[in-house]
Amino acid sequence: MSALLSTRALSKHFDGLVAVSDVDLDLTVGEVRALIGPNGAGKTTLVGMICGRIAPSSGTVAFDGRDITALPAHKRIGLGMAYTFQITSVFARLSVRENVALAARRRLAGGHVDSAVHEALAQVGLEERAGEEAGNLSYGHQRLLEIAMGLAQAPRLLILDEPTQGLSEGEIARFTGLIGGLRGQTTVLLIEHNMRVVWDVADRVTVLNFGEVLAEGTPQEIHENRAVQAAYLGTEAG
Amino acid sequence: MTRQTARILALHGGLLAVLFAAQFVLPAYHHGNLARIMVLASYAIGYNILFGYTGLLSLGHALFFAAGMYAMGLGIQYGGLSPAPAFLAGVVAGALISGALALLALRTTGVAFMIVTLMFAQAGYLTILYFGEYTRGDEGFVIQTAQRMLWGINLSDPVNRYFAAFGLFAISLSLSLWMVRAPFGRVLVAIRENEDRVQMLGYDTYVHKLGAMVVSGTISAAAGAAYGLLFGYAGASFASVQYSIFPLLWVLLGGAGTVLGPFIGTLFMFYLIDLSSGVTTAYMLIAGVVLVALTLFAPQGLAGEVRRRVWRGLP
Amino acid sequence: MELGPYILLASLEGAVTAAVLALTAVGLSLVFGVMRVVNIAHGEFFMLGAVIAWWVANSIGGPPAMGFAAALVIAPLVVGTIAAAADMTILKRLEYDPERTIVATIGLLYILQQLTLMTYGPDARPVEAPFNQRLALPWIGRTETGWEMYYPWGLSTTTYKLAVIGAAAAVLGGVWAMMARTRIGLLMRATQADRDMALAFGIPVEKVYALVFGIGAGLAALAAVLIVPIQQAHYLMGADPLLLSFIVVIIGGLGSLPGTVVAAILIGLSDGIISVFFSPTLAKILATLLVGLVLVFRPNGLFGTRAP
Repeated sequence: MSALLSTRALSKHFDGLVAVSDVDLDLTVGEVRALIGPNGAGKTTLVGMICGRIAPSSGTVAFDGRDITALPAHKRIGLGMAYTFQITSVFARLSVRENVALAARRRLAGGHVDSAVHEALAQVGLEERAGEEAGNLSYGHQRLLEIAMGLAQAPRLLILDEPTQGLSEGEIARFTGLIGGLRGQTTVLLIEHNMRVVWDVADRVTVLNFGEVLAEGTPQEIHENRAVQAAYLGTEAG
Repeated sequence: MTRQTARILALHGGLLAVLFAAQFVLPAYHHGNLARIMVLASYAIGYNILFGYTGLLSLGHALFFAAGMYAMGLGIQYGGLSPAPAFLAGVVAGALISGALALLALRTTGVAFMIVTLMFAQAGYLTILYFGEYTRGDEGFVIQTAQRMLWGINLSDPVNRYFAAFGLFAISLSLSLWMVRAPFGRVLVAIRENEDRVQMLGYDTYVHKLGAMVVSGTISAAAGAAYGLLFGYAGASFASVQYSIFPLLWVLLGGAGTVLGPFIGTLFMFYLIDLSSGVTTAYMLIAGVVLVALTLFAPQGLAGEVRRRVWRGLP
Repeated sequence: MELGPYILLASLEGAVTAAVLALTAVGLSLVFGVMRVVNIAHGEFFMLGAVIAWWVANSIGGPPAMGFAAALVIAPLVVGTIAAAADMTILKRLEYDPERTIVATIGLLYILQQLTLMTYGPDARPVEAPFNQRLALPWIGRTETGWEMYYPWGLSTTTYKLAVIGAAAAVLGGVWAMMARTRIGLLMRATQADRDMALAFGIPVEKVYALVFGIGAGLAALAAVLIVPIQQAHYLMGADPLLLSFIVVIIGGLGSLPGTVVAAILIGLSDGIISVFFSPTLAKILATLLVGLVLVFRPNGLFGTRAP
């Protein structure tokens, strides 16, 4: 199995503060990887460096065997990455359909856009809302729209930053099914706080703590890892 | 063709048809005014592409308008060009200058972008004054009737002038309508709404903004060249700050980010100033009051209000 | 006149320009620093100051000094009040959105300018200086008899011009003392540092804003009153101070008061000296290009270090 994404010694310092330190991360093609860790562990900074939103202080990012450390964000997306924002960042004054169409038009044209939009909206269950202004959707629906925008790009690597935050139980179940359906075709990197979702969908889990990789393994291994329990699950279990 | 598209074509085609027919019924005074309004509205359409659709507020579009006007005018006056190549020279000058300014100004955003465009336009205005020997400075120079013969057609004749102005306006309007509905224009709108997100969808926002600024500047320059050619005059006042503020005012009044807004705003403002200048020399007072009132009470403008209340699909 | 004395004369004239410019630009800088508002109407507040000075001096009559002294007090107060009112009725309602406030202040520019045209008219009118003795200045140069101090013809200034420089320095000192030493200055600095935090601590941010906008405009008006005996009052006189203040504020580091003063002195002096060598139009072209390029390549100002 080949690595789709590899980071080597990826680090980020903000004014002397270490946010991410020496992270080596390898994602194989088709896997669903969860990235977990306490708040402030550097998860969003790490994926920010992977997709080009944040310039690393040192280290490299390689995508599909090619060093992309110097590429600007839009070119990385062009290579087949998609990133959905943690803080909902849809185009509030545009229609739901147009939001997804913008994502699809990057690779498609004409009638293909419409069918891709329809498909992505159906996958997240928003097809009824296609004509509405995105800003009028509920918070949970905006999160789903974010995911639909990611899906419409038909990415090789889909990066989801806390996608289930604010979703209802039913929507979370649907989301879990959705990711399950992508398994094998799309590589997924998922930042997630909801442990049930992690155990359900992830092939492997990487735990970040204080900007460093604390542990990595199958959900089962992570579940049983004492260091992780101490750093993270302990507080979670309360 | 969807019903939506049919309605849009009917509305915009209808306006063009009315404007075309108007030349046969309007009295001479309004006939002349409307020709002027259509040229100025083309300028506003150019401005609207950058401001209304891309969300970049330029305070320096007079630079592009004047670039078109002076490249055309100087080309006729000193280069011995005939109107068609002179007009083309104006358009090319606008494209080059807006491209050059875009390369610099797009490194900034927001307020800095406004000030940078203002400063470069001011430098352009002063440059026209500095070379007063050729440009005749504030006084300007007249382009003689004999120099305004296009393929045997006398552009200073009111009927021909109206028709030429209508042609320019029809092309600008159609181009802008086509563009904002095309993928390129959709990306511009998305940049206006949330540039960061557009980038994370894989679009090169810099290149899109650059394209928007060049299209905007080129249409503005075409309007400037046409204005000089049709009304036979080029003067430095067309390069002054006031002529950068005017298209902002027209677009704000008519509705930023709507295809018809620039025309509506230009029409209203032209007659508002025309009427008030009969009463007072301080007619720019009206412009000031309208600017403040619009920012306070109707930031969407007239067509924007129509879109908000009546027809959300208005492009 | 030889070059040496000529440059001394130009620097003296430049120092007057610098003094007035520093006052005007500090007003603009204060408004930008505390409120993050780019006030395009700033030049019109300057113009209003000059026009009101003429009006006050003319209606009071008596010796020139009396009218001038009255103008020195009344003009800044009136202009400051107008500005504060504009802040409360317009800018506040725009919630200080940067782009919309710029558009609104452009509107304000035309309103003030055109109302002045309607009432005061298109003429340029002088205000008499309160005192105006000519002072011949000495120069040391080489003559037939060796090094010698002499009074070259034309090398002179006036007591009034020196007083303008002194008054501007005193006012700037006052502004510094207000910002650094008084409670209101503390409130302004707190609001500048973090508006939300200031609100949370119960600072009446709205009142601070109105006050700052008033003081900013008042400083421009004061500068205009000082210059109006040298340069007549005219309804279009606001454009140059606006442009120069912009240059100064941008070069001095946006919102930094010491930087603004240093830049004003630099620009004022060099303006006097540059115009010896270049035509004024060319000097302005270079200055506007400089501002544009500084904003493009050094967005925090030439001497600015902090992110704006």
